[in-house]
Amino acid sequence: MKISTVQDLKNEYQKLASLLALRREEDAVSGKINKREILVCGGTGCMSSDSQEILANLRQEINDAGLQDTVSAHISGCFGFCEKGPIVKIFPDGVFYIEVQPADAREIIDSHIKGNQLVRRLLYEDPANPGLHLARQHEIPFYKKQLRIALRNCGLINPESMEECIAAQGYQALGKCLSEYTPKQVVDIMKASGLRGRGGGGFPTGVKWEAAYVQPMGKKYVVCNADEGDPGAFMDRSILEGDSHSIIEAMAIAAYAIGANEGYVYIRAEYPLAIKRLSKAISDASDWGLLGDNIMNTGFSFNLKLQYGAGAFVCGEETALLRSIEGGRGEPTTKPPFPAQSGLWGYPTVINNVETYANVPPIILRGAEWFSGIGSEKSKGTKVFALAGKINNVGLVEVPMGITLREIIYEIGGGVKNGKAFKAVQTGGPSGGCIDASNIDTRIDYDNLIALGSMMGSGGMIVIDEDNCMVDIAKFYLDFTVDESCGKCTPCRIGNKRLYELLEDLTQGKGTPEHLDKLKTLSQIIKDTALCGLGQTAPNPVLSTMRYFADEYHAHVHDKTCPAKVCTKLLNFVITEACIGCGRCARGCPANCISGELRKMFVIDQAKCIKCGACQDACPKQAVARQ
Amino acid sequence: MAEMGKQKSPEFEELDGFIKKSGLEGKQSALIAVLHQAQHIFGYLPKEVMMFIGKKLQIPVAKIYGVVTFYSFFNTEPKGRNQFKVCLGTACFVRGSDKIADALQRQLGMKMGETSEDLRYSLEAVRCVGACGLAPVVLVNDKVYGRLLVKDINKIIDAQE
Repeated sequence: MKISTVQDLKNEYQKLASLLALRREEDAVSGKINKREILVCGGTGCMSSDSQEILANLRQEINDAGLQDTVSAHISGCFGFCEKGPIVKIFPDGVFYIEVQPADAREIIDSHIKGNQLVRRLLYEDPANPGLHLARQHEIPFYKKQLRIALRNCGLINPESMEECIAAQGYQALGKCLSEYTPKQVVDIMKASGLRGRGGGGFPTGVKWEAAYVQPMGKKYVVCNADEGDPGAFMDRSILEGDSHSIIEAMAIAAYAIGANEGYVYIRAEYPLAIKRLSKAISDASDWGLLGDNIMNTGFSFNLKLQYGAGAFVCGEETALLRSIEGGRGEPTTKPPFPAQSGLWGYPTVINNVETYANVPPIILRGAEWFSGIGSEKSKGTKVFALAGKINNVGLVEVPMGITLREIIYEIGGGVKNGKAFKAVQTGGPSGGCIDASNIDTRIDYDNLIALGSMMGSGGMIVIDEDNCMVDIAKFYLDFTVDESCGKCTPCRIGNKRLYELLEDLTQGKGTPEHLDKLKTLSQIIKDTALCGLGQTAPNPVLSTMRYFADEYHAHVHDKTCPAKVCTKLLNFVITEACIGCGRCARGCPANCISGELRKMFVIDQAKCIKCGACQDACPKQAVARQ
Repeated sequence: MAEMGKQKSPEFEELDGFIKKSGLEGKQSALIAVLHQAQHIFGYLPKEVMMFIGKKLQIPVAKIYGVVTFYSFFNTEPKGRNQFKVCLGTACFVRGSDKIADALQRQLGMKMGETSEDLRYSLEAVRCVGACGLAPVVLVNDKVYGRLLVKDINKIIDAQE
């Protein structure tokens, strides 16, 4: 297939739109259905739980039952509800099965497809109403408050099918730009939409594009930052795995707007599935004439290449990323000059992250006003959050800006795991901070999060409960930053190492009040003097935990205790009455400091104990306590 | 490994073929792409390979060494046949992956970042593999083991060759 005019593209959409007709229905009544489609989640999370085998078994069962003409099974992008994966969804009745195993394929086909009987045991059970099974996706609390713009095609289309991409209005926004708008008009639409960068700082996307647009004509580049390094955030990967074409299309639009003909996607080498799908999408788009020279005979040319990252967190910083594409060490450079003025090989370059790009086609198709009508006053549209940690519903959620933390954590996320008490939520990854329970009704947008001492970052949201120690969490982030610091500037290379050591002292019971003063002063110096965003924000986890959890720091320094019972050097392991005298603790003890007679209570020699916790892990009766 | 400049092993020929086929000779910006390919072919990046690439792309070996050691994805030492990667991303960490890491170190008798002498095991910590729904997670080669408890560790080790 070759699309040679914008009209061709429109015709092709008219022709193919019916491919998704079944999937646009959600509530068809069983009994009146004569054709069905089954989607199996093909995101990384579900694939690691054998979703490919589920798909193969479903296809086998369909064949064995002779249903090939009326039922088909396909792979789809991520549905987002990773906690309950693997997910299987059946259209047009819209039934949403969770935690499906390969062996369940037969029952799904026999009972649901042939017998029109739901497989109840695979339905979501509402935790608030035990016994109440929710059959449809939109009935499940996890999805109720979501509004999917960036994730619009994830869990809808087969990401490896060009036809389904076209059926989902793929490349229509590019066609519209090339045939109806001047580059300046595209820039103005982006500015009016209020879209801000979804990868970190939240810089207005249209303003960035304009800065590159006003540069004199000549070589320019567009770059997609797909080096998603923030631990706990995986929305960019899901978009690339579930809807790669939306990124290609948006990059082509950006290239048209600023006057570029070449682009790079800088993608983590750790994302093999995303790389595979994106490579296929680029090659399909080229075959269809939607990438390459003289696209749709409009005179506009755009070529796109992949560049692999190699495991350096700092390469998520835009200037470091550019140095890495150029083939060097990914070390940041000072701004100005901004990449829009002097970027890749010194040419004007626009860099946006994956989620930002994913918002572009809908903005072009539905208008800036539609987009800016969603969200809060200064943060327009939606944001995808990766909800993880001690929460019941781990997964990807896309919600309008301005929603409260409480709504995300309790209504969508289903609250804290195992009924534990909520302590904090960490947003923004290693550059962000921890927000305590007193701020849980804050409306989430770029500015409110910064006011709380955290930031939006790429949208990681890690829930922390009463069993986590905040000093330990701060130390965890500093460990990460120290590991990932590129070493170019002194405040980050040495300063963060010193911060880490101060925190290490605290967790080992060597903290003094002076430690706390030093932590504060040094954090401020690093914020003021580090070269790039990574270094400048590295102390945020320390400052925010000191701000909201001063009592925990106090306990570590003055009482030499860890209230959450995490910092083992401040604890004693003791064997309690629950001991059955099985001796597993003694056998597992690397210091040989546990003794006792079989079937009697064992004892730990505190003088020899190295506090490794192996006894606690080995005990079948939870008789080893931390005190 | 063969003397510099006279490499005739199939691995060097494959790398040479890749560089020629992709038209990358003398192209310094292609360094990272070539290093990826070289590591794919050799399993790691020994000095001889870096020197070979330096010659082909016309880049000083010192610069290549600087790039190789900058990125955690590249190794200058061979890895074990069973590569254990413990996710220490935040989501896994708050669900106790540090304990899983400790247990693996104890059971394998190795520290993070080490490879056993018989090249049977390597053990390393990685930052977020994106399977946060399955936290805490350990990868062995490409197989993901999720929702782990310390007591599952022996089972995972025993499952490897």
